[in-house]
Amino acid sequence: MIAASRLTIDYERKIAVEDFDMTVREGEIVSLIGPNGSGKSTVLKVLSRMMKSRGGTVHLDGRDIHKLPTAEVARKLSILSQNHVTPPDFTVRELVTYGRIPHQKWYETINSEDSSVVEWAIQKTNMQNLAERSINTLSGGERQRAWLALALAQQPKVLLLDEPTTFLDICHQLEVMALIQDLNAELGLTVVMVLHDINQAAAFSDRIVVIKDGRLVAEGTPLTVLTSQLLRDVYRVEAEIALHPHSGKLYCHALGLCRAHREETHCVSTCHTKRTEAHIAN
Amino acid sequence: MVEMAARTAQQVVRAPGYARLAKRMGILVFVLLSFVAVAIISLRFGSLSFTSGEIVSALFSETDSLARNIVMNIRLPRLILAGIVGANLAISGALLQSVMRNPLADPGLTGVSTGAALVAVTIMLVFPAYGGLVPLAAFVGGTLAVLLVYFLAWNRGIDPVRIILAGVAVNALLGGGTSLLSLLYSDRIQGVLMWLNGSIAGRSWYHVRMLAPYSIFGLIAAVMCIKSANLLQLGDDVAKNLGLKVNVARVVLSFVAAFLAGISVSVVGLIGFVGLIIPHVSRLLIGSDYKFMLPLSAMLGSILLIIADTAARTVFRPVELPVGIIMAVVGGPFFLYLLRKGGAMR
Repeated sequence: MIAASRLTIDYERKIAVEDFDMTVREGEIVSLIGPNGSGKSTVLKVLSRMMKSRGGTVHLDGRDIHKLPTAEVARKLSILSQNHVTPPDFTVRELVTYGRIPHQKWYETINSEDSSVVEWAIQKTNMQNLAERSINTLSGGERQRAWLALALAQQPKVLLLDEPTTFLDICHQLEVMALIQDLNAELGLTVVMVLHDINQAAAFSDRIVVIKDGRLVAEGTPLTVLTSQLLRDVYRVEAEIALHPHSGKLYCHALGLCRAHREETHCVSTCHTKRTEAHIAN
Repeated sequence: MVEMAARTAQQVVRAPGYARLAKRMGILVFVLLSFVAVAIISLRFGSLSFTSGEIVSALFSETDSLARNIVMNIRLPRLILAGIVGANLAISGALLQSVMRNPLADPGLTGVSTGAALVAVTIMLVFPAYGGLVPLAAFVGGTLAVLLVYFLAWNRGIDPVRIILAGVAVNALLGGGTSLLSLLYSDRIQGVLMWLNGSIAGRSWYHVRMLAPYSIFGLIAAVMCIKSANLLQLGDDVAKNLGLKVNVARVVLSFVAAFLAGISVSVVGLIGFVGLIIPHVSRLLIGSDYKFMLPLSAMLGSILLIIADTAARTVFRPVELPVGIIMAVVGGPFFLYLLRKGGAMR
């Protein structure tokens, strides 16, 4: 469905991601994890054509995403980023209706098929009772559902999510994740998301891709990828990985910072030095 | 009690947004009626006053009366010109506020006004013999200034903040030039002052014929920008995600806006305030959806400028004031009132 190969991405000539390959098959849920500043959100931006890469290609359904007309991409792929602005008076229904724009010609307005899709998206995200409320009066969880409804109204085949649960309490987190899982099972929606919570990534993904300092570290099923050694290498955290006795799902319990981290107090600056070296080498 | 609340909630669900649509249409119709009323009142007053009946018969009967002469040859073209310019400037401001995602954006920000002013003032002061060229030259000056601002702001795409900064810098530079000329030729400044503060005095059918075709073209272009303007309000990422070519849309919208402002400025001089305030008033009244906000802005812009022009020629008659001054005095307090009240759509 999505194939990224040999991606090199830079911000203002500073290398953020280097030589990164990734494939996502149709109907899969893939999570991108990695420490802050590892480049996972950057990769997501390039996969969604929000940003251009300096080198490498991204193919959507076998075609170069940067050569496809942007409106055509919008009918196949939707990205939900982290920060949103909405004019203060937009209602949920109005916002969701915007999801139909990729399916309209510039002079067309909403038709009955569009409104039934909007209705469906609102129901799917359980926003029926909030549909006439203005976005700015909603709580964080409700707002996230409203934006998800907008993405659904696009009827994409691929949904990209940038930390969809970060600002939510645990109940709303589970609600959003369950919704995503449901959409994946019911519609065969392909999902790629950036997550911070390793347990969530383990519980809801078919595959996990680990990225650190802009490079691919590991990828595979949660069981094969998430090991104590990996968490030590990537996050510098000492953690215990086990299977939950009831759910059978993998979970990770952080015990503390690993010794290497405690000794090397300037973790962030070493990361920076490495990246600068990469830059000079280029 | 609970049951009742549940029932009301259900009713709300069953009527998706119709109440809001009805309210919006109501506002548009009300403003349209006000527009007609304001137009008639404007035609009545001037150095001679007429009754509404006289105005109507002057407009629709062929008899050659004094009222008909004054109304048809002097007041009507002036009214139409004020209406067109008001609509142009308000739409221009509304589009720019979406492009820049900044509530302080107004047509002058693109450099169009100061560019037009510098060239117009140069002709009026240095080459007064070529006064007839002022509209054309002002338009060229405005266009060049806009191109300069966008050229300076371009960096792998258009960033609103860079446009604003480039606009401020170019405005300061060109404004300085205008001030310098005004000082050097202070003996000839009288006519220039009227132009710099915007005036519709002495404009005739000739000017209407000059402005109307371009305005119609600009207004059609603006209507075609509605969808993009709405999308840009949601932020670049969301707009891109929904298939909008953000950079192209920014350039197109700004040029439509600059074009509308440019043609207006070149005919009547610098009129501030309409482009900045009217979009806000519309947004407070009818919400941020450009499908409704843009037509309302056009009508309110027309109304405001017609009222201001009527006041400009009557309040201190026989002295004519620049319409820009009246507008600031009338419109400022009204806007502050709306801002305090919060508006109907909040």
